[in-house]
Amino acid sequence: MPILKVNGSPHDIDLPEDTPLLWVLRDELGLLGTRYGCGAALCGCCTVHADGKALRSCVATLADVADEEITTIEGLGTPQTPHPVQTAWLEIDVAQCGYCQSGQMMQAAALLREIPRPTNADIDAAMSGNLCRCGTYNRVRAAIHRAAELV
Amino acid sequence: MAALPLKRRQFLFGVSAFAGGMLSGLPEIKAQSATAEVTAWVAISPDDTVTIRVARSDMGQGIFTALPMLVAEELECDWAKVRAEYADTNENIARDKPWGDMVTSTSISVRASQEYLRQAGAQAREMLIAEAAARWNVAPGQCNAQNSIVTHGATGRTFSFGQLAAAAARRPIPEGVKLKDPSQWRLLGTSAARLEARPKVFGEPIFATDVDLPGMLHAAVRTCPTIGGRVVAFDRAAIADRPGVRHVVQVGGDAVAVVADTWRQAKAAVEALPVSWDESLGAGVSNDTLRTMFREGIADPAAAIGHRVGAVDSSLRDAAQVIDVEYEAPFLAHATMEPQVCAAQVTADRIDLWAPTQNGEGTTTTIARVMQRDASQIYVHKLQLGGGFGRRGLAQDWARQAVQIAAQVPGVPIRMVWSREEDFTHDYYRPMVLARHTAGFDANGRLLGWKIRISGSSIAASLAPFWLRNGVDNALMDGFSEEDMPYAIENFEVGVARRDSHIPVGFWRGVNLSQNGWFREAFIDEIAVQRRMDPYLFRREMLAGNPRAIATLDAAAKLAGWGEASEGRHQGIAIVEGDNAWCAQVAEIAVIDGRLQVHRISCAVDPNFVVHPDITMQQIEGGIVQGLAAALYGQITIEDGRVQQTNFHNYRYLRMNEMPVVDVALVPALGRYGDRWGGIGETGLPPLAPALTNAIYAATGKRLRSLPISNHDLRV
Repeated sequence: MPILKVNGSPHDIDLPEDTPLLWVLRDELGLLGTRYGCGAALCGCCTVHADGKALRSCVATLADVADEEITTIEGLGTPQTPHPVQTAWLEIDVAQCGYCQSGQMMQAAALLREIPRPTNADIDAAMSGNLCRCGTYNRVRAAIHRAAELV
Repeated sequence: MAALPLKRRQFLFGVSAFAGGMLSGLPEIKAQSATAEVTAWVAISPDDTVTIRVARSDMGQGIFTALPMLVAEELECDWAKVRAEYADTNENIARDKPWGDMVTSTSISVRASQEYLRQAGAQAREMLIAEAAARWNVAPGQCNAQNSIVTHGATGRTFSFGQLAAAAARRPIPEGVKLKDPSQWRLLGTSAARLEARPKVFGEPIFATDVDLPGMLHAAVRTCPTIGGRVVAFDRAAIADRPGVRHVVQVGGDAVAVVADTWRQAKAAVEALPVSWDESLGAGVSNDTLRTMFREGIADPAAAIGHRVGAVDSSLRDAAQVIDVEYEAPFLAHATMEPQVCAAQVTADRIDLWAPTQNGEGTTTTIARVMQRDASQIYVHKLQLGGGFGRRGLAQDWARQAVQIAAQVPGVPIRMVWSREEDFTHDYYRPMVLARHTAGFDANGRLLGWKIRISGSSIAASLAPFWLRNGVDNALMDGFSEEDMPYAIENFEVGVARRDSHIPVGFWRGVNLSQNGWFREAFIDEIAVQRRMDPYLFRREMLAGNPRAIATLDAAAKLAGWGEASEGRHQGIAIVEGDNAWCAQVAEIAVIDGRLQVHRISCAVDPNFVVHPDITMQQIEGGIVQGLAAALYGQITIEDGRVQQTNFHNYRYLRMNEMPVVDVALVPALGRYGDRWGGIGETGLPPLAPALTNAIYAATGKRLRSLPISNHDLRV
């Protein structure tokens, strides 16, 4: 039975290997902070980390992430111990409806891990796969710069 | 306005039927067993926690903060101790509307409820003061409330709100308490800490998508791909053996659904289900056939006239030059980031819905009608909405479908989620609308007369027929009517010939101003060109009698540095009033080898009063992004009755790397021109498209008269 490591804990997963990770997280593990937006890696709502790198969980299958450590928004930080990205998001009041924001923050956290002091061009390159229908982009940008100061 | 009649009762929050707080919308609300409902709006716990009820829906526009602020300003409570929760929809109906109207549309939440919410806070405050005064045996006038504490001025004695609440709740509710003058506000007008922000940052389950009920099953829907088509037959047996599949059902006349253990199983099965459809109604319908119908409408001599000044026909006959042009705005999708979703459970004596609704009562009445139940049997539990933009208000198709599915599996809670493809292809679209402008000028380019004919499908006819007047949808003339045509023109006439089709149309941020604002402000630029005047100065001249409009226009021009764009950059300007808020924008762009770059949007907005400046800015920023995405790329097209766009690859939306700098200046009139409050949810959108196409004209000399811009070749 495949074992999936999510937010530091191993889970036995009795599902076909072609099951998209998104539905494993939401339906099997009850991690509801990762959300369905398009099912085709077009919007970024479902972004999680696999070994620290951003991954669209709606198209990545169990087979794709075998042996990788998955982190979801629930594992990024908590109200008691927020990730700098979450602290910056609250400081700048980025979220409007909030539906895409788990994905935005996971993408931003992966960017900061790779490039601790990203330029605007770095942010454009990393974040342009994450749609926000409410239009929070300029605040997302400001919050990433702020989080870079907090890291 | 008189305060709403309040019926009171002691209410124990600990006995909520919905565990975990999630279903009340915010997980951080903790059950408080001794919480006293001072009034319907305000409940206070012994630890001084103040719970303020919110009747409207939060879809990202900050209502969970802005509406409690209105109450808290007069209540004089410590904002750090305030929690918000949705007012219960079923109770609102059962108790004769203690929370008033629950509609969340037309940017109405603050402007329509600000007075009774401030009054509600003042009433609760006076009851707390009266209780303290009675305990001290002093006159209430000797006491004051501040920061959740009532103090007796002469002796300095104090009670906290929490110590007073239970007894204060039994006191009579005073009527007509005098409200503070805006100059005395301490909380309103500040960017107070947001009450709804944290759960969104920590991925907490606050959306209908996240509702997880014991024994819940999952439904995926497939509606006939041809709009208006019907289900003829489907082969249940073909998919019955697929993993997880429990039920295969018809939903209304036009859809099928599979109910399964997981949504993924349901979706795969419903997509594999063999269905034969009757697609005859929509066959052959396309943008081209609709355009032909709207053009016939524009030429209809029986158009309903909405506003007439002078004698436009004779002015056109006398003109030395006439411009006669057609503008076309496309269908647009809402594409809420959270696709349509609703959970429902149907039993013999009640129907429960866990719904991302913009209108809790509208959901109730729709379901009561469809299911032939009394409204008292309908329980709508509102969640935070993953975007609304008008999709989840009067259009309740998603709630109806969820209940129609759940009714076929009685007693079992079922969560229905639409795929993104269903969401794009079965929306209530922003209508496709055509406008024909005919304007006459004298030999010096001075405007003599301007005639407008509009034709398109009516949202009212689609969703609210009671709004029609003798069959006329006056809203199709928004922006040109007597009330909201800001420009003084000697000979002017606007008329509309509505032409409805079976393509569903609905409210989309900005509603009719989303296209009419562009029709008007783009053509005003064409008029300015005839006068050989600067488009900003021309508007100033035409707005001479309207100092509020001029102040907003000037603020935007100043913010943008109008006329001072650097080499290669070009500017366009527009101003639109919506929901009693004025908004002017300047777009600054470059067009290089036909490639458009939007560098900066400068925006000034006057909503008269501002509750929370940062939320106001967010809403304006959001309107600008939505307006920009629509102007650049937005179009739903119909071919042979089917919507062609299915996901974000072929319905393009703005992305981070395309974001211009957005500067917003709040210039509230603060009552200088009247007391009406303005709305801000939609105000930021309408000026964007005309400011942008006007800038493109400045850059290229090309006058774009159809949207989106991406359909046009901008090479000079």
